[in-house]
Amino acid sequence: MKFLNRLFTRRRRYDDLSVSIQEHLQERIDELIEDGLSREEAAHRARREFGNVDLIEERSREAWQWRFLESLLADLKLTLRRLGKSPGFTATVLLTLAIGIGANTAVFSIINRVLLEPLPYPQSNQLVSLFLNAPGAGGLASFRTGLLLSQSMYVTFSDHNRSFQSMGIWISQHANVTGIAKPEEVRTTIVSDGILQTLEIPAVRGRWFSQAEQDPRGPKTVMLSYGYWQRRFGGDPAVIGRIIQVDAQPREIVGVMPRGFRVVDQDFDLLLPMAVDRVHEILAGFGCNGIARLKPGVSIAQADADVSRLIDVWMDSWSNGPGTNPHWYRIWRISPNFHSLKQQVIGNVSSVLWVVMATVGLVLLIACANIANLLLVRAESRQHELSIRAALGAGRARLARELLLESVTLGLIGGLLATGIAYVGLRVLVAFGPGNLPRLNEISLDARSLGFTLLVAVLSGLLFGAIPVWRYARSAAPLMLGATTRTATAGRARHRSRNVLVIAQTAMALVLLVSAVLMIRTFAALRQVEPGFSDPAHIQTFRVAIPESLISDPVIVTRTQNNIVDRISAIPGVTSVGFASAVPMDNDDPNWDQMWIEGKTYPGENPPLRLFNYVAPGYFHAMGTRLAAGRDFTWDDLYGLHQMVMVSEGFARDNWGSAAAAIGKRVRQFSGTPWQEVIGVVEDVHVHGVDDKAPPTVYFTSMLKSPYSRTPKIDVSSAVTFAVRCSRAGTQDFIDQLQQAVWSVNSELPLASVQTMQDIYGQSLARTSFTLVMLAIAGFMALALSIIGIYGVISYAVSQRTREIGIRLALGAQRNTLSWMFVRSALLMTAAGMAIGLVAASLVIQLMRTLLFGISPLDPVTYITVPLVLALAALLASYLPARRAAAVNPVETLRWE
Amino acid sequence: MARNPKHRDLFPGALEIMVLKSLRLKPMHGYALVKHIKQVSDEMLQVEEGSLYPALQRMLREGWLESETGVSAKGRPTRIYRLTDAGLKHLERESESLQRMFAGINRVLAATS
Repeated sequence: MKFLNRLFTRRRRYDDLSVSIQEHLQERIDELIEDGLSREEAAHRARREFGNVDLIEERSREAWQWRFLESLLADLKLTLRRLGKSPGFTATVLLTLAIGIGANTAVFSIINRVLLEPLPYPQSNQLVSLFLNAPGAGGLASFRTGLLLSQSMYVTFSDHNRSFQSMGIWISQHANVTGIAKPEEVRTTIVSDGILQTLEIPAVRGRWFSQAEQDPRGPKTVMLSYGYWQRRFGGDPAVIGRIIQVDAQPREIVGVMPRGFRVVDQDFDLLLPMAVDRVHEILAGFGCNGIARLKPGVSIAQADADVSRLIDVWMDSWSNGPGTNPHWYRIWRISPNFHSLKQQVIGNVSSVLWVVMATVGLVLLIACANIANLLLVRAESRQHELSIRAALGAGRARLARELLLESVTLGLIGGLLATGIAYVGLRVLVAFGPGNLPRLNEISLDARSLGFTLLVAVLSGLLFGAIPVWRYARSAAPLMLGATTRTATAGRARHRSRNVLVIAQTAMALVLLVSAVLMIRTFAALRQVEPGFSDPAHIQTFRVAIPESLISDPVIVTRTQNNIVDRISAIPGVTSVGFASAVPMDNDDPNWDQMWIEGKTYPGENPPLRLFNYVAPGYFHAMGTRLAAGRDFTWDDLYGLHQMVMVSEGFARDNWGSAAAAIGKRVRQFSGTPWQEVIGVVEDVHVHGVDDKAPPTVYFTSMLKSPYSRTPKIDVSSAVTFAVRCSRAGTQDFIDQLQQAVWSVNSELPLASVQTMQDIYGQSLARTSFTLVMLAIAGFMALALSIIGIYGVISYAVSQRTREIGIRLALGAQRNTLSWMFVRSALLMTAAGMAIGLVAASLVIQLMRTLLFGISPLDPVTYITVPLVLALAALLASYLPARRAAAVNPVETLRWE
Repeated sequence: MARNPKHRDLFPGALEIMVLKSLRLKPMHGYALVKHIKQVSDEMLQVEEGSLYPALQRMLREGWLESETGVSAKGRPTRIYRLTDAGLKHLERESESLQRMFAGINRVLAATS
């Protein structure tokens, strides 16, 4: 209180003091006058006796001040006023800083959320993903996920392990929900016992599944996600205990999970218990993801060793049916290779994010170099003032403080503006970024981001402020040392800092530009790859799943699907329709299995695993997949359950040398099945994205005799994706018509995952296109900043050396030669920068290697083109000021004092 | 701040004590204070304005004095300083310790052996 009081009464105190002193002087003067001096003499003497009135008054005031703070505040006021006086400079700097710092903050916010805390579970360091290596399993064990677990593996590992507090397996699927509103297909995650215990997130309403509910004969229950609870039930608290129909199975709702809860990286609407049948399970069925929570003190290596002995136990405990050899799986050489779950989730997103972070960091550095150059010019114009202050006794620290105050103030204001830009930038990044970022919807500007902004703002301010300080804040510097005078031009040393900055800028810009161009070429290469379908923008896809409880007879299922095809064909504008178990690039492989080729032997080992897909007649036509040889399936083939297959071109070439040679050849899945005849060959399809090789594929009809059952049984793909080729694909009108067509066949079948092939194709390119856009923007900004930088330096050099130019001209130099002098200096700086930049780029690009496709990191075309472009830019940037040099009038410059 | 080598500086705190004591007798403005001290000390002590005014402000800040608007001897407006209770207490404490110090110094200076 006293403090505040003092602030308000300070004015009054100053006044009192002033009055006191003035009156004191007056009295003394009067006294002296009485003593006989004249008014003037009295005044003079009184003042001399008093002392330095102003100084004493100031010293007295200090009783009411905090000197350091006052001095700082005064400096600040002065700085702000000075910045306000040069609005052009201030605006440029603030804009540059706002964009530079803002971009960094936006990217940091994403990294903060995605990379540093990707898993919102307690003690997520203990969580591991049960990754299994299986080098002998061919394509079944993908590089990214390894061999997924089977349910029997879960039982064995869970019962006999010594390393885990809890473990479980899960799988994502879809299901139809009926009985609430319209029939709807929802995303489901099927969890075994142990998953919820491992993740340790309690339900926000109700409870987890109990062990009884995980028994296949136990009560049928379901849990809701928070989002689904809000959407379908309006957040009704009485939802616990209600019954809903899931795939025509009534299930009781027992719990609701909290907002934002996912199983690892999977969003879901419903959770279903896996209800593993311990009695009837078989070895096979490798489709589940496994996670576990390590016991405290157990390392991943120990867990690996523990579980690897369980592989044999697993093979001993289960079988695939009478007459099969459980130890056959030894061929696969299954071994645990557990990762921390964080690692698994981040995966290859981290490389993209770090590249982007480095990119925006570099752009900020380039921007700081530019600003430092600008500040150097300003400091130079203040040099006279600074020298005088130094001569009057200001210490180096005092001068440095003033210069730094200006730059830090600029930094802080820039940082403030940057938060606005960061907010916008985040919205943009989240909307267009790679869709598989974990916790994407939780990314926002939180306290840590703001702290980061503040830190970067202050550091940038100190960074670009340090350079002028280093050059100009010297105590007692001789006045105007080395400045331009009538007969001399400023010394070389003056320009060196600026030149060094420009060289650094150029080097960094080169690195960015090379990266950007390489990404552009990667993208172009990716787009060149023929994906295996044509004109994706006009192919509409959607899934329809027919639950067994709705229609169990496979033939009727197929007839239903056939009817749907017919109804859709009747819609005006539709040129072709088909369906298959999975469409390309949809992150879903229907099946992998071996195929034996008739006439081929596989000494000592099994044939490699091949991708299977189950298709209907007309599917390839709808997708635009070219028929390379033979013919497509017909509906007769389907209903007649003919033993026929189609194969991909790669498969045909591998085994018989060419597509044509494949027709008529026979294949089968194993010795117990009849031979199937190859009737057609289609072009390769890049089902895993265009940056991956197209796997050799075997196509079966969607309804076929089951190869694995002892008794005659028909298998059917009851969940299929339809592909409809129509010029109106993607419009809401058309989608409604499709829904009507499906409902006219069966009113309980919802459409799900409605997207065009273009959407799917675009998503598969998302990672590359995102990186590309970021790098392209950064490269462009770097180029622009470099041009500005070079322009500034040359321009300034010209203005400083005007007199010298005048002298040269007067002595007979050619104007062209003079212009060339400046352009040459610009080119020299650029050359130096490029040399450094090329070396740096070749090193940096190695880090980005995983993002490139179809192009070498040291691609010569890029490494030659980019420097040429930069050189051209430097030429351009220096041309204008150089022309000004040529336009100097020697008479004027020599006359000017 | 003695400009003349013949004059010596007062020890720290001396000026404050004398100002407080003088103001205890009666509240005064700055010029009167200077004249009073000069007079009462028989011209042995002379206060310099350069130290007086800063000291006055310091004492105001400490709360030993308060200032109010008043009129000088010549009828012009000025600020008159008066002692506060806190100032009084400080004065009594300090003058007591000062007396002891002087007594001690005197004894040392008077000692013959």
